[in-house]
Amino acid sequence: MLLRHTPKEVSERKALTVNPAKTCQPVGAMYAALGVHGCLPHSHGSQGCCSYHRSTLTRHYKDPIMAGTSSFTEGSSVFGGQANLLQALANMFTIYNPDLVAVHTTCLSETIGDDIAQIVKKATDDGKVPEGKKVIYCNTPSYVGSHITGFANMCTGIAKGLAEHTGVAKDQVNILPGWVEPSDMKEMKEIAARLGANIVMFPDTDGVVNTPQTGEFKMYPDGGAKVEDIATAGDSIKTLALGKWASEDCAKYLDASFKVPYEVLDIPYGLSATDRFVQALASAAKVEIPESFIAERGRLVDVISDMSQYLHGKKVALYGDPDQLLPLTEFLLDLDMIPTAIVSGTPGKAFSKRITEMCAEKAPNVKVANGERADMFLLHQWIKNEPVDLLIGNTYGKYIARDEDIPFVRHGFPILDRIGHSYFPTVGYNGGIRLLEKMLGVIMDRQDRDAPETRFELVM
Amino acid sequence: MSEEKKLPDPSGLKEEILAKYPPKIARKRSKAMVINDPELDQQIQSNVRTIPGIITQRGCTYAGCKGVVLGPTRDIVNLVHGPIGCSFYAWLTRRNQTDADEIVEGGANYMTYSFSTDMQDDNIVFGGEKKLAQAIQEAYDIFKPKAIGVFSTCPVGLIGDDVHAVSRQMKEKLGDCNVFGFSCEGYKGVSQSAGHHIANNQLFRHVIGLDDSQPEHKYNVNLLGEYNIGGDGFEIDRIFKKCGINIICTFSGNSTMDKFANSHMADLNLVMCHRSINYMAEMQETKFGIPWMKVNFIGAESTAKALRKVGEYFEDEALKARIEEVIAEEMPSVKERVAKARKVTEGKLAMLFVGGSRAHHYQELFSELGIKTVSAGYEFGHRDDYEGRKVLPTIKVDADSRNIEEIKVEKDETRYKPRASEEKLKALDEKGLEVSDYRGMMPDMADQSLIVDDISHWETEKLIDFYKPDIFCAGIKEKYVVQKSGIPLKQLHSYDYGGPYAGFEGAKNFYADIEKILSTSIWKKIKAPWLSHENDPCICAEYVA
Repeated sequence: MLLRHTPKEVSERKALTVNPAKTCQPVGAMYAALGVHGCLPHSHGSQGCCSYHRSTLTRHYKDPIMAGTSSFTEGSSVFGGQANLLQALANMFTIYNPDLVAVHTTCLSETIGDDIAQIVKKATDDGKVPEGKKVIYCNTPSYVGSHITGFANMCTGIAKGLAEHTGVAKDQVNILPGWVEPSDMKEMKEIAARLGANIVMFPDTDGVVNTPQTGEFKMYPDGGAKVEDIATAGDSIKTLALGKWASEDCAKYLDASFKVPYEVLDIPYGLSATDRFVQALASAAKVEIPESFIAERGRLVDVISDMSQYLHGKKVALYGDPDQLLPLTEFLLDLDMIPTAIVSGTPGKAFSKRITEMCAEKAPNVKVANGERADMFLLHQWIKNEPVDLLIGNTYGKYIARDEDIPFVRHGFPILDRIGHSYFPTVGYNGGIRLLEKMLGVIMDRQDRDAPETRFELVM
Repeated sequence: MSEEKKLPDPSGLKEEILAKYPPKIARKRSKAMVINDPELDQQIQSNVRTIPGIITQRGCTYAGCKGVVLGPTRDIVNLVHGPIGCSFYAWLTRRNQTDADEIVEGGANYMTYSFSTDMQDDNIVFGGEKKLAQAIQEAYDIFKPKAIGVFSTCPVGLIGDDVHAVSRQMKEKLGDCNVFGFSCEGYKGVSQSAGHHIANNQLFRHVIGLDDSQPEHKYNVNLLGEYNIGGDGFEIDRIFKKCGINIICTFSGNSTMDKFANSHMADLNLVMCHRSINYMAEMQETKFGIPWMKVNFIGAESTAKALRKVGEYFEDEALKARIEEVIAEEMPSVKERVAKARKVTEGKLAMLFVGGSRAHHYQELFSELGIKTVSAGYEFGHRDDYEGRKVLPTIKVDADSRNIEEIKVEKDETRYKPRASEEKLKALDEKGLEVSDYRGMMPDMADQSLIVDDISHWETEKLIDFYKPDIFCAGIKEKYVVQKSGIPLKQLHSYDYGGPYAGFEGAKNFYADIEKILSTSIWKKIKAPWLSHENDPCICAEYVA
């Protein structure tokens, strides 16, 4: 057994986290910063963080992930990291020539209280930021929230650093996609195009972390939201913030600073959340939903109705990030599946409350926890007490899936051992079909594996 | 390496690289890039602070301590005191394999777990000692481990949590669990290296020597600095078993606390990764009288050489004969495999930029394949890893590494026992056995090869342009960067999820994997056909005609 020391009995823990269902802020900020074209993320802390974050994103995307670090030493940890950051900015602009640098922090620079705004101002005043180049930043203390919080903070940092207000309204909608895959961001752009809606989307990692092999390494790949497009976000009609945890702060900032009203929506996973997204986008962009969407939606409904016998009543455990788990849970309920155990390491009271409300009718016994010690160890114990038919989450779930022999669908961050997430969307109606394909695939593979020869089916 | 094909002179390349840097940075980096002349005693700058913003591949002290040295020990609960990231990122990402029998002795194996105090902002403000003590208690209550190691991360040192005091109190309270702490905050030192040193010190202080039981077998050795990545240690175990050599403890692939505790009863220490574990070798020699020798099990010839060193050391004819038998048994299939691979690999060029030891070790495997190493370097090697231990007396510890503890070790009055006489050790050293010595990477590298310490991304790009190597060896962060330029990259940290590469079986695996990489068809199909014909004169001529 891979997790042989996990007992079935759940004991109360007050201090110990085992097998977390989250990681720390800066990796989220790094991912968000990669979603700006020509941007070099920079980690203001000791260099270990930067290496770990780059490595995790690289393992997830199998693509280059570039970032600089202030490389704190013990001296700078005591006396402050200003000199390190000034030198880093000068070096990065000289050697690597980015259009902009996006600085985030770590628990180190946050604990010592480095004032990033002041250091960036000094760098600019001292001529360390070349003409026409920019430095944007946000604070990402690792001891607050999770990687999602870091993503949210950098989204706000991007808006603060780049969005402008010209006073001339633009016929466009801001989309803050939340922490989703580049394939999902691509699909959102395509949904908007099919709707005929003008959008500005940031961050946008499509074309940055899923780059083609052409024989040429591009330090700043072709993709990413353009600085000049982000600049117009202050003139947009409305902001659609997908995911409360990842996107609401930034939307609030755009509202407060530029009077761009916002609406918080779920990330459009599955049928209902996609319905809401398509309607909200069409309504904000003042476009009619084209006929073709009836067919697009209908195909997802068709697959669900065709295959419901394999899904109905199946118990599911899932873990990951709150913005993803909420619409996924709703989708499972639409499929008449039964979510039984849900954990997210990311704190926020709204999460457990909404899951409980959502499941009240169809899955009233759902166990849900989030925040500190809502970890995969707890999830595993819950599964031992109430076995499930399907497990959904990032790669770390494979240890539970193997020990407990549970069909397993990889979804979320990080996925270190399969491809697909960078290339095939799981948002929108088409993404919903892919989610179904994945779930049905593992469920039916299991039926094939376990069926006695007499009951082994050709047609399913 | 044959003289007829001299390597190209990289001095122009070096100038071009430095030209991009601001003058102060150029001066520093210049000293970290040496055009090798194995005949000369050249000095390389290493183990100095990383230049901010240069895009280094280095990690931190915590990674060197928890991730590298203690991570592979399967029956210790490694509790990370800090915010969640440090524990998350070191969770199963290094491929230290372990094998714990569930039936035997409970088969403790915590490798698949990530333990953390998950510090929150109120722990930063009010201190995290209480939470740490509580977490130790909970880990003990749930898992009943023999030992708990506590690893400090960046904020712990800054807010003044005393992990050692908490560990002492909890050890006393729990009674049957060895609890000890590591002050391996990420900002200490300049790289992973400081973490190795801290790990060595604390293992030595809290575990080594706790069990004086006499080993049952003959020819007792420890294998130091072998972390069983991809099963390397298992392959070495297999070979040693076949030869009749008994490994008391491997530091620290598939290790246990009990094996550490008994390791001072060995008669010889064999050092694989000099950088990470030479401290342990020195301390065990000083305190217990165990001599050490540098060995390399990467490469079939190196493996044979290492085995013969052990035979020479024990001066036992039966053992020597057995070793020769084993080599004779293992070699034919190795030779057969390498001959097949060489049809593809012969004459190719490699570059190696890996941690603190493999950039040297793997050159042996490449030379067995007929592949030349044109450039190499470490992330965090010290001068002795490059130039040999003879330079140790001249190394100055700079301000950034001065606070890494050097522990004072003295002869153990009761347990010190010189395993071999001074004369014998001297004689062995004269035979080339590298007794208490490591001669470093530079003497083994070709004339005019370029050696680069703590290579930056910019330097990597320029080196690739200049050498156009057939294969580049580094880690995950470099892998796709290099491959996007059309050059295959072999990861020599994770082995690209393959291995083992050590020993005889490992060599065969490596030959096969390199042969596979170099003959992968897709590299020839990177260009779209309509683009690749554009500049093709034959096709153009035909079209015009």
